[in-house]
Amino acid sequence: MLESKSGVFFVAGLVFFGIAFIVMGALPYTIYRGIPEESVSEMIEEHGIVPEFVELAEKFPTRFEEYFGTCDSDSYEAALRRGHRIYIGEACWHCHSQFIRPVSMESSRWGPVSHAREYNNELQRPVLFGTRRVGPDLSREAGRRSNDWHIAHFYKPVDIVPSSVMPEYPWFFDEDGYPNRDGMAIITYVQWLGSWLEEYPYYLGEGPNGAGAVESIDMSGVK
Amino acid sequence: MADTVMTDATAPNISDSNLTANGDRPLIEIWLVKWHFVMGIIFLLVAMLAGFLFSLQFIQKYPFSGIEFFSPGRWRFIHTNGVAYGFIANVFLGMLHWVVPRLTGKPAASRALGYFIFYAWQGILVATVIGLLMGQAQALEWGETPVWIDPVALLGLILVAINFMTPIMKVSGPLYVTMWYFMAAFVWTVLVYAMGNFLPEYHMNGVAAGAIGGLFIHDLVGLFVTPLGWGMMYYFVPIILKKPIWSHGLSLVGFWGLAFFYPLNGIHHFLYTPIPMFLQYGAVISTIAVELVVTTVIVNFFMTLRGSGDMLRRSIPVRWFYTGMIFYFTTCFQCAFQTTLTFQQIIHFTDWVVGHAHLVMFGVFGFWLLGTMVYLLPRVMGRTRWYSESLHEWHFWITAISMLVMFFDLTIAGLVQGYMWKELASWESTLRASTPFWWVRTISGTAMIFAQFIFAYNVVMTWIGKPSKEWAKNRNPESAVPASVGDTGSEGLSPA
Repeated sequence: MLESKSGVFFVAGLVFFGIAFIVMGALPYTIYRGIPEESVSEMIEEHGIVPEFVELAEKFPTRFEEYFGTCDSDSYEAALRRGHRIYIGEACWHCHSQFIRPVSMESSRWGPVSHAREYNNELQRPVLFGTRRVGPDLSREAGRRSNDWHIAHFYKPVDIVPSSVMPEYPWFFDEDGYPNRDGMAIITYVQWLGSWLEEYPYYLGEGPNGAGAVESIDMSGVK
Repeated sequence: MADTVMTDATAPNISDSNLTANGDRPLIEIWLVKWHFVMGIIFLLVAMLAGFLFSLQFIQKYPFSGIEFFSPGRWRFIHTNGVAYGFIANVFLGMLHWVVPRLTGKPAASRALGYFIFYAWQGILVATVIGLLMGQAQALEWGETPVWIDPVALLGLILVAINFMTPIMKVSGPLYVTMWYFMAAFVWTVLVYAMGNFLPEYHMNGVAAGAIGGLFIHDLVGLFVTPLGWGMMYYFVPIILKKPIWSHGLSLVGFWGLAFFYPLNGIHHFLYTPIPMFLQYGAVISTIAVELVVTTVIVNFFMTLRGSGDMLRRSIPVRWFYTGMIFYFTTCFQCAFQTTLTFQQIIHFTDWVVGHAHLVMFGVFGFWLLGTMVYLLPRVMGRTRWYSESLHEWHFWITAISMLVMFFDLTIAGLVQGYMWKELASWESTLRASTPFWWVRTISGTAMIFAQFIFAYNVVMTWIGKPSKEWAKNRNPESAVPASVGDTGSEGLSPA
């Protein structure tokens, strides 16, 4: 068996692969099958529209209407889907994780440890845990920074954060320098990340003024 | 158990001419070997330049800032996918077109199929590059290939399996070690590709899809690249050293150990996620088991080398192979520690992992493939010798040294980043601390790319040189290279 065609083909090729697939893939699947996958519209129904999206509509009324129409849950859903696609296409997820671990003081820096339920929705298909953290984790990003901060930052990150290594995204903006459809979509998506949580710490003086000191460390999220 | 230690010299009926037994078609499609290698080198250069470009972003020196098609993130896709599917897959295909017919004594299933796969694969690669540059990536590490290409690529992999499984199936009796690895690889690659590209996209979501994603990236290395790589080593090392593998028993342990434990590692990519802890522990323990299996394989190969140590000096391919094996042991040893929960607290999401990935993909499999190409390219081009032996020395030493520099640089960078994050240092200060390491990474990467251009230059100059008289007469790769071309490993040429 050990050196025969059938042994290699069936035992090593199929059976061993099958065992591993059951243990490493099918088992977690059966464990989490009970958590239903939420669609984008279901999530909007449950958590509402983030205020930053409304603000975009108020701040850029003509452009917003051109790109998304009226500010309602339909246009919000369209913006989220578009933003999600850009987030993947531009490889944002290669440098930003969406996954707070229970170690390394991560819940103090960002907020509560990630819960399985947070990933069972349509905009986590495939799941965006991330592979590398060049920039900070984004899963508790909603409301952490203003729309204005994001607009300036997407246009030229080093103007806001001098040591930033994030690329510039001028194609998120129209010729007048206002965010275009893609710009508004990606900002909506980023401002949505974590908006389903009650609260999380803002502690690093994050925002347009840049560096600040640790003001308080909230350990409540640490389990 | 029959003596299955088959080397090239005992393979049936191959030394007189490159024709099958009934003489109707060539045993080896030399054109395919050559052109898969050439395309592999081209994609290697493209993928490395893409990586170089991306690395410039980290030192704030990106030259094409603000141009949509030069969005650094999109070029990172091209870097990783170009290496995996452009360089590694192409060179492996060329190698298979040489090794499988020689070990089985039978040609691949169909000439037309071989040529079709060649053109289709390059088409898939070009389509992938275009799709990625247009921002159509799929959110799956190493599976970024746009979703509309996935079924086509899977079909291509099935055709590859059919093309090479056909001659293997015609062999009777026990198979040689290389064939275990190749056969398993054909089955696994198809399964892994289908699982990773379709399940998380269409059938699973959330954390469960994350487990599949981890299994996919892991299995792509472990069940596609690794078995083809080791199969290649079990073929070329005995041929060039002109002796059998030291222990057949250890070969068995190595193969079956890898086959059982390697696929069980998937979840170790996502420790501390909401994936159940008992599965995370299982993945960690299987990873440590893999390290033990790897040790047996390494021992087997170094005992094979014993008594032939001077071949490291005389034969460039042997030098690539064994340097790669040392790096292989290093990465696997490192892996046994870095997948523990203790190490993961600090190193997850840092440059440590990037250093590890580079050492595996380039330091091991890249080195092996380069060694194989150094050995085979003159043969399939019908040249008597390489254009320059000293360029091989430059190629090897620059590549090996810059690889080591990059590995240590990124490993230390990862520790710095991990500890600074844990200390809750401001994010900007962690970037400033990383900058020197990113400079060293870019510089060592530049040296690495430069060395590959040296190799490419050597290939081109060899190619435009004069073919040998024997080659012009009968196009038999065996007669192309006389035994005098000793330095590039022709020792194995004349059957013992």
